[in-house]
Formats: sequence, structure tokens, C-alpha cells
Amino acid sequence: MKALLGLLGLAGLLALVEALPYTGLVSADFLPPTHRIASALAGEVGDSGFWHALWDTFVAWAIGLAIAVGAGIVAGIVIGTVPGLRAITASTIEFLRPIPSVALIPLAVLMYGTEIQSTLMLVVYASFWQVLIQVLYGVQDVDPVADETARSYGLGLWARIRYVLWPTALPYVMTGVRLAAAVALVLAITAELVIGAPGLGSRIAVAQASNAVPDMYALVAVTGLLGVAINLGARRVERRLLRWHQSVRGEVVV
Amino acid sequence: MLLEVRGLRKVYQGKERQVEAIRDLTFGVDAGDLVCLVGPSGCGKTTLLKCVAGLLNPTSGDVLLDGRRVSGPPPGMAVVFQEYGRSLFPWMSVRDNVELPLRQKKLPRARRRSMVDDALSSVGLGDTHDAYPWQLSGGMQQRVAIARAVAYQPNVLLMDEPFAAVDAQTRADLEDLIRDLWHKLGVTILFVTHDIDEAVYLGQRVIVLSSSPTVVREDVDIDLPDARDQLHTRAGNRFTELRTHIYAQIQAAKRESTPGSTDAARDTHLAKQVLQ
Repeated sequence: MKALLGLLGLAGLLALVEALPYTGLVSADFLPPTHRIASALAGEVGDSGFWHALWDTFVAWAIGLAIAVGAGIVAGIVIGTVPGLRAITASTIEFLRPIPSVALIPLAVLMYGTEIQSTLMLVVYASFWQVLIQVLYGVQDVDPVADETARSYGLGLWARIRYVLWPTALPYVMTGVRLAAAVALVLAITAELVIGAPGLGSRIAVAQASNAVPDMYALVAVTGLLGVAINLGARRVERRLLRWHQSVRGEVVV
Repeated sequence: MLLEVRGLRKVYQGKERQVEAIRDLTFGVDAGDLVCLVGPSGCGKTTLLKCVAGLLNPTSGDVLLDGRRVSGPPPGMAVVFQEYGRSLFPWMSVRDNVELPLRQKKLPRARRRSMVDDALSSVGLGDTHDAYPWQLSGGMQQRVAIARAVAYQPNVLLMDEPFAAVDAQTRADLEDLIRDLWHKLGVTILFVTHDIDEAVYLGQRVIVLSSSPTVVREDVDIDLPDARDQLHTRAGNRFTELRTHIYAQIQAAKRESTPGSTDAARDTHLAKQVLQ
């Protein structure tokens, strides 16, 4: 039922876009009707250049996200478990975190030009903080009774991280990963669009420059679909990993 | 003497003020004993237990296990906490929860498996291995926590008000389970409770603590027969005498902690009378 209503909403949007250019409210030059966007999309799908661009974007997104998640988790656990480190790093994190990744574009261009590294740098910078902040929250959430239990049974630091801290932080980590996955896609497209690194973003820029407006819309729609797919995938992984957690397991009859 | 507490003192250092939770505690537990600690609420029972378990450093004084000073959680000691829901790990199945401490002991897989099986069946949970703790009732969860302690094969088992959060009928069953396991395993048990009846029913000795700052108020021998059961033991005269005596001691301890009270002497007197 919910899925049906969702599809209905989407159909409404497509119908609106189809109708709007005919009403004269917007020019068909800037917003082509749905059927023209759809046929442009069909054309893109038949073009190997499109698939290359999609692959490039995906690779930049995936590698950037992987680096950010790995670094965020390690940094978060180290900062959260070494006494005093949290206090030392707090102000620095609060200073660096709000810096918009796009402000680093000039630096990225200076360092890597239009290579994939430029995109990676922006993606990693933006998504790293999302993961780090969540891991820090997660590390703080360790139940003192659980930790004392582990200590009383002789679990060392490494075992306590592995069996107590990590599972406690995992729900937070998953939230961080989902947020980071979305941000990483935004930054991957932005970097390609502005810097011209290969990918969907630069293809959008090319379409715009050559006045292929329906193609531009079609590519924008693809980035949206990519975002939806990423979010769905992340949720699936989350539900699998956290089947023991209150948020997933639901009410239990005892 | 297996476990010895000597001149234990614990002061919590706050920002504004310091709180002396334990002033001076000295007592010992022989190997194979089942000793209960009772005291008025807020008397630092949990603090004491954490110091004994090596989870908390005392301000001064020593805890000795087998003659060696306890400075961190010692091997051969297991703790069962009151908050079973937080002490069991919800991300692990019952089997994995019980098995985790054994993995740390680096025991081979097959041996671990049989130990987990034995421990779970010894607490009457033969068929819940694959369930998660949160799928079980409170009493069953505490049984899992006890099984985890049993599987660890400790010399000393510390229990911190383990049955405070379960209903009365389950509590009676678990009390009998503890007596039963104690007989079978020959483990030394230090059992902290605020429930006087429970202390008298379970223990060979009951150590009565004063109000905070805590000292030992009295060390009572429980001269009830070794074979105990909920129906007859609790109905006996001697049981009633002992519980009344300890109750009066605790009432006196509470009054003493209220400045200007003159009733403490009366209660102490009453406590003595009951046992004559």
C-alpha cells in the first residue's frame, strides 16, 4: 500500500513535468516534457560513454566512501577509547567539520588537476566527518555494566573493542555510513561537474554546454536514481547487521 | 582463607565534595563458603563488590585473593550483576554469551562447546542456545548470566543483588539453583543482597554492614541445617529468630546514621535479646 502510494506520487511528478511546458508557465527549452527526457534517457542508455561516466562516478563514490568509512571508524575508536584524546581533539573537529568540501575544490585542482584523485579528496573529506561523529557517539554509548562484565571475565582491551564497543557502536556506524554514502554521491557529482573529472557530473556539464537539455535532465534523473539505490542498499545492510537491535527486532513477546 | 578484605576504604572524589562510601571493612571468606552481605540501602554494597572484583580501586586497604593482592579483575573470579539485561550482550546468542569468556581462556572449540552445554543445562536452560537473551524472560536471562559464570569455572563467584529485578516466585527458584550449584561445584560465593530473608536462606554466614560510611556491624553464623527448602526452612523458628535479629541490626544501623537518634541502642539491645 505504502509502495503503491509512493509510485502514485512519482507518477504525479512525471505527469506534472509532462504538462508544465504545455501550459506556458515554463519554456520547453528549459524544462522539456517527460517524454522527451525519457527518450533522451533511452539514448543515453544506448551510449557506451554514458556507462563509462556512470562507472567512473560509481568508482569515485565507492573508493571515497570506503576510505572515509575506514578512516572514520578507526579515528573514532582511537579518539573515543584513549583517555583525554576526546577533549584534545574536540575543538579541532568542530573547526574542521563545518568547512564545506567544495571550498577545497581549488586545492584539489592544484594538487591533482582533473584526475579522479580530486574527486576522491572532496568525497573523503565530506564523508569522513559524518562517520567520525557517529562513531564518537557510538563509543560513548557503551553500557558500563556490559563493559564491567567484559572486564570481570578478563577480556583485554582488544577483545572489549571487538565484542563490546564495536557492536554497541555499530548502529551509530551504520547511520554514519548512510549519511556519508549520500554526501559522497553529492560531492562526487559536484567535483565532476565543477572540476571536470570524468563521470556523470562532467557529462551533465557537457550536455548543458551543448544545449542538450533533455539529456541533461536525463542525467540528473540518473544521479537521483543512483542516490535511491545507494540508500536502499545501505538500509538492507543495516537491517541485516543490526537484526539484534531494538530498532530492527521490533517488539518481542516474552 | 581464600578471600580477604582488609581495612578497605573507598572515598569518591567529587568536584565539590568527597563521599566516603566505605570507611573500614575487614572480613574474610574461607574456600567453599557461601557468605551473604546485607546492609541498609545505599550502604556501599555494590562499591564493596566492585572493589573485591577488581573493577574499582579502593582508596586504601587491600583485597586479597589466595594471598595475592587484587589490583584488577583477577582470573578465577566471576561476577553476576543485578542488571542481567545490560550484562548479557544483546548482539550475541545465548550460546555466544556463555562462550565468550571461554574464548578468552583460549580453550579448544569442542571443549568450549561441551562446557557451554553443561553450564546451560546445569541452570535448566537446555534448549535456548540459539535464542537471543532479549527473547527470554527476566528469570531465564539471569539463568544465562549464571550459566556464563558457571562455565567460566571460577574459584570465587560474586553476586551483586542478582535477583532484585525478578519476581518473587522466580527468585525462590533461583535461590535454590544457587544453593544447588554451590553444592555441586564447591565454588566460593559472596552474595550481596538487600533482602534479609534471602541472605538468611542462602548463607552459611551473613555479614551485616552498617550505613554509609560502611563498617562491618556483625558477622552472623547461620546455624540452619544444610538441606534447605523454601517451605520448611523459612517456616522454622530458628530462621525467624535469625531474620528478626538481622532485621533489628539493620534498623539500628539506619537509625545510627540519622544524627541525634536515641533508638539505635534499643534496636541493638533488641537484636541481642532475640538470639538468646
